[in-house]
Amino acid sequence: MSTDIESILKKYKPGRREYLIPMLQEIQDDLGYLSEEAIVKVGSFVGLSTTKIYGLATFYDQFRFVPSGKVQIKICHGTSCFLNGSQSVIDKIKEETGIMPGQTTRDGIFSYEIVTCMGGCNNGPLICINGEYYTGVKAEQLPDLIKKLRFIIEND
Amino acid sequence: MLITIQVNNKKIRAEKGETILSALYSNGIVIPTLCRMRDFTPTGACRMCVVEIEGRDRLVTACSQPVEEWMKIWTHSPRVINARKTIVELLLSNHPDDCLYCDRNLNCELQRLSEELNVRERRIRGKKIKFRLDQSSPAIVRELSKCILCGRCVRICEEIITSTSLDFINKGRQTHVGAALDRDFNFSSCIHCGQCVLVCPTGALHEKHNITEVQEYLNKSGITKVIQYSPLVPAGLAEALGVKYNKEFDKIVNAILRKIGFDKVFTTGTGTDICIKELTDQLSERIKNRGVTPLIISACPAWVKFAEQFLPSLIPQLSTLKSPQQITGVLIKTLVAGQAGLKPEQIFSVSVTPCMAMKFEARREGMMRKGISDVDSVLTVRELARLIRLYGIDVANIGYEPADEPMEGRSSAAALADVSGGLTEGIIRSLYFMKVNKDADKQVFKKLRSVNSFREATIKIGEIEVKTAVVDGLAGLEKLESSLASGIKYDLVEVMTCPGGCVHGAGMPFLKSGDEIKNRIKLVYQADETEAINLPCKSPVLLNLYEKYLAANKEIADRKIFYTHFEKRNVLL
Repeated sequence: MSTDIESILKKYKPGRREYLIPMLQEIQDDLGYLSEEAIVKVGSFVGLSTTKIYGLATFYDQFRFVPSGKVQIKICHGTSCFLNGSQSVIDKIKEETGIMPGQTTRDGIFSYEIVTCMGGCNNGPLICINGEYYTGVKAEQLPDLIKKLRFIIEND
Repeated sequence: MLITIQVNNKKIRAEKGETILSALYSNGIVIPTLCRMRDFTPTGACRMCVVEIEGRDRLVTACSQPVEEWMKIWTHSPRVINARKTIVELLLSNHPDDCLYCDRNLNCELQRLSEELNVRERRIRGKKIKFRLDQSSPAIVRELSKCILCGRCVRICEEIITSTSLDFINKGRQTHVGAALDRDFNFSSCIHCGQCVLVCPTGALHEKHNITEVQEYLNKSGITKVIQYSPLVPAGLAEALGVKYNKEFDKIVNAILRKIGFDKVFTTGTGTDICIKELTDQLSERIKNRGVTPLIISACPAWVKFAEQFLPSLIPQLSTLKSPQQITGVLIKTLVAGQAGLKPEQIFSVSVTPCMAMKFEARREGMMRKGISDVDSVLTVRELARLIRLYGIDVANIGYEPADEPMEGRSSAAALADVSGGLTEGIIRSLYFMKVNKDADKQVFKKLRSVNSFREATIKIGEIEVKTAVVDGLAGLEKLESSLASGIKYDLVEVMTCPGGCVHGAGMPFLKSGDEIKNRIKLVYQADETEAINLPCKSPVLLNLYEKYLAANKEIADRKIFYTHFEKRNVLL
């Protein structure tokens, strides 16, 4: 795992903070999240304190600090989806998975995040599960959907 | 170049390039500020200092906008006043309304502003954010619900202290100030210097109170209550209580402390004298035997933690001598206990200091023997002032009392140690006296008394030359590191975390005008000019201690007890 971080860092010049975000993005693409080790290593590579790196990374929604679940759900909370009732979808997912946005369930299966607009405004509420879009989602469909997904993952 | 601008229909002179705020201040026009810190680049974050400029649609922040010739400025127009009031109302909208219980009650900038701007009702109701109270640090408590995100603590920690232990985490409504990975403070790289507490405008950051603990023990019978106070405490206390300081005030402090209920009162200055004497011996020995150089002074506990985290390569050069507080603490639990026929655990040992990191130091692993700490409780000067008010002591009519034997007095060099460079001066003066048997010429120390963050001086003592460096505030460390890297060999290095030294310590009263530090330095230097005993080796108290007591007590005769150990710390940097 650690060699991955180092081989990514090798592509950049040390001590240059302008590459900080691309660096973090690349590490996240590779690891799936920003681990404590990654933050510490990036910090000493760029010459900034861990506090600063963490402060910067938490500013952006794209970075996560726990590994994502096998099923990653994005829920649109943009204006149009909001008007079409995305709040009830979010509430239902929260209820079904028992976690907050950005977190991962203990079994490592589910994680979800709230995003603003994925470009399907006429078909809201829109959710995206592992890259597959579901349009016009209703809260009452979710329990079955989540059961199905859990079944698929557990029997994979 | 001077230009003329118009403010509130009056012409004022302003320097070209200066900010509107500084032009206003130098012309005696006061406008409120909140996130501004003297000598820092402006951020314009709080927008408290907005003014109206004719021809501009929007209000501008006076702290960041440079003056221009054509400007017609209104500092208190209805629009400006309304804007400022709204800002305060918005800040208050999610603020916990617990001023009565707040550490900064009557001393809070937000409270003062809301009073000044005549906020009399809660017009805007925001959802209150509940943050966990972080009491994990032995010195600093974080109450994030009171934080108004001005960013002063973040900036001082990064730019002045250079440990960068704080930053803004998250964004929008979730924004808060926190340490690395949002962990509790005791896991962070915080060195407990407390400079963030001094600049915090509200009660979001404050010292960990030990008053209740001290009170509890004061009420306990069968326990001997002992207190020591640092040489700077009387001056700080006078400031906090609003009385004029003179040298006799030390004796008043003794009387006050006894009245509060302490059985024995000692001055930490004796510990400082021991510290100077031991360091002088160490330096003399290292020079003679060509030992490890430089000898880096370890009296500042925040600096020690900083070195343990960031500069572990310097640990072998660090003197392992404890700080004056801990040396005095050791003597209280050994010598004083022995004299009174008490066990160490029967003594409750309190220390009053101008420092916040001392609260952390007293809890260090190496500062306990057989599970009993040498200093049980550490109070800041502010806490002592509170204790005095609590016990209703009439400071004006209390009379004078001496401190208790065997640590009843100090040399003026010990007082000098509270100013950056002072400890070095004390050591060099002692060494000079030891080698040449007369006092060193004061002119020699001029370089050590300057205001630069990094100062060097080479002092000739008889045949030898001693090269010293003083780092005044951790921002000066960079220069020390580059000097060391370039191969310059120092004999003695002093590092003080707080700029200016202990006079700027986080346990001192909050700064109101900004001139307080200069006054404190002046008092220390004045004491050094006027007091008769200017060196530890001339102090009868110290000589008595070494010759009579130390030699006779098995536990402390070899003085090993004055020393401790430092090692690399694993924290998230």
